[in-house]
Amino acid sequence: MCGIAGLIHRGKSSNVGEELQSMLQALKHRGPDSTGYALYADNDGQNFILRFKVGENVGEGSTSVNEDESVYNERKKLVDKKLSELGATIVKEEKLTPYSFRYEIKYTQDLMEFSKAIEAIESVEILSIGKSLELIKDLGDATAVSERYGLGKLKGTHGIGHARMATESGVDIKSAHPFWGYPFADVSVVHNGQLTNYWNNRRVLENKGMRFMSECDSELIAVFLAEKMRNGATLEEGMKESLTGLDGVFTYFVATKDSLGMAKDTMAAKPLVLYESDDLVAMGSEEIAIRSILPQEIDTYDPFDGEVKVWQI
Amino acid sequence: MANLKTNQKKTKAQSMGLHTEVLTGKTQQKFFNPDEAENFFYWGTHDVDFNKRTELDVKDMDCKEANEKIDKLMSEGYGTIVIKNPQGKHSLGVGILNKLNLIFEGSLGYFGVGSIDGPIVRVNGRVGWSCAENMMAGKVVIEKNAGSCFGAAIRGGDLICKGSVGARTGIDQKGGSIIVGGDAGAFTGFMMQRGRIVILGDVGINLGDSMYDGTIYVGGKIGSFGSDAVESPMTKNDIDWLKRKLKVAEIGNDVDVSKMTKVVAGKKLWNYDALEPTEKKGAI
Repeated sequence: MCGIAGLIHRGKSSNVGEELQSMLQALKHRGPDSTGYALYADNDGQNFILRFKVGENVGEGSTSVNEDESVYNERKKLVDKKLSELGATIVKEEKLTPYSFRYEIKYTQDLMEFSKAIEAIESVEILSIGKSLELIKDLGDATAVSERYGLGKLKGTHGIGHARMATESGVDIKSAHPFWGYPFADVSVVHNGQLTNYWNNRRVLENKGMRFMSECDSELIAVFLAEKMRNGATLEEGMKESLTGLDGVFTYFVATKDSLGMAKDTMAAKPLVLYESDDLVAMGSEEIAIRSILPQEIDTYDPFDGEVKVWQI
Repeated sequence: MANLKTNQKKTKAQSMGLHTEVLTGKTQQKFFNPDEAENFFYWGTHDVDFNKRTELDVKDMDCKEANEKIDKLMSEGYGTIVIKNPQGKHSLGVGILNKLNLIFEGSLGYFGVGSIDGPIVRVNGRVGWSCAENMMAGKVVIEKNAGSCFGAAIRGGDLICKGSVGARTGIDQKGGSIIVGGDAGAFTGFMMQRGRIVILGDVGINLGDSMYDGTIYVGGKIGSFGSDAVESPMTKNDIDWLKRKLKVAEIGNDVDVSKMTKVVAGKKLWNYDALEPTEKKGAI
């Protein structure tokens, strides 16, 4: 069934890594297979943050094929070489796990061509590109992933996250949420539900040059919105179009560098509880997610069917 | 083991080729007999004293532990129990089958006070999905908002939300009353079979979709009618009933109930009145 959570601090930054970890851990029973975070951090905004993986986590519960760690190093070298060919400068690099990396790069050209070139390397997937977005996803619950990637001290303004129960695709990182809104910097999506016109939409979007990395139906939302925005729609306009363009049951969150949005399908078949105040918006699949960071008595509500909301920082 | 025997007297259904055999045998149902009142025992119930009051802080308990504590307090005769710090936990206060004053100082998560038969419950906060599902009798008052499937499949009692409720309120309702002070989402009264729903605010699309029977009253705007839901004229009985119920519910004092919209089943999809009495009992 999956659990999603999101929060946005308006007018200030906070310890969003720790807060989102608490919210997602409270939703662990909704999705124990993998956890993902899209955190919008207080970076200096000078360079792009490139997060990518060169292989899968083949640990317990994974459905991925086991690989020798040496192939990860080879692929990483190919990425470095490709970055150089593309004219990107690596300012800082971090190896987070044997298969996952975080680079700070200087790059000024087209991100779509950049992404295509990097992902042409076998088994390499860009998890995110952005000047604020830090997208982390891996197998395990919220605490395990947070500790593995050191998210507890990450400060920022907002974030969205996902606790996944794998139903229509494998237990692996590529199918885990959030999904990056390729090729847009700093766009991410998490989703709870099922989309029933995935393949029809995918064929249409692939013909328009959009890329899919998994067979997870939720990835369609990120690609759908990205395609709308590429054609000039605002985020909110794209989200409103998704209510009729996407078929099935869904509640999803989308985040950009300075905003956070939610959309709920026209049958309101998937849950969402929302808390909204002047300086904070917090929402999740269950109220216990919000209570994990706001234990005091608060007023919450369920958004109605077909509702779309967007908040700015 | 039940015996099978041929029923000689043909009903309308049998003449159409349906179930030509009937099952006979010893029933496992228990029926209340006033002559044996002293021996009648309703399993899982307790004799409680409303004047005996206590508080229970469930902050550090899971729902199972909290419900076991409530049951233990009832077994000790406490008739008024105040629950502190429910903090949105799921499935609190479920399966209570006796009279009780139960007060939650905070909000409940999913499936709060489900399958109850008799208690009076007040939630001084919000409730999540499927509050009071399968309620048989009693009164539940929610001071703030409620999630979707509010009062799913209730069979009796009064379920009141002073705020707004989500989608599919009163889905599969089989009796009792659901009263909402605010707005309601899509598919309100979806497949309802008996009972009444009162929404003082607006309702979403597909109101009363595929309803078998029952009545829905709406004070505000209606997004759209669902399949086989139709408007019906308000009668004096409707107005009297609404005035009485809203007074009990402590909401809607300023509402002119005569201007509410009454919605009933068109009975094109389902029509109990066309069934044989035995079939009607089985269907309900």
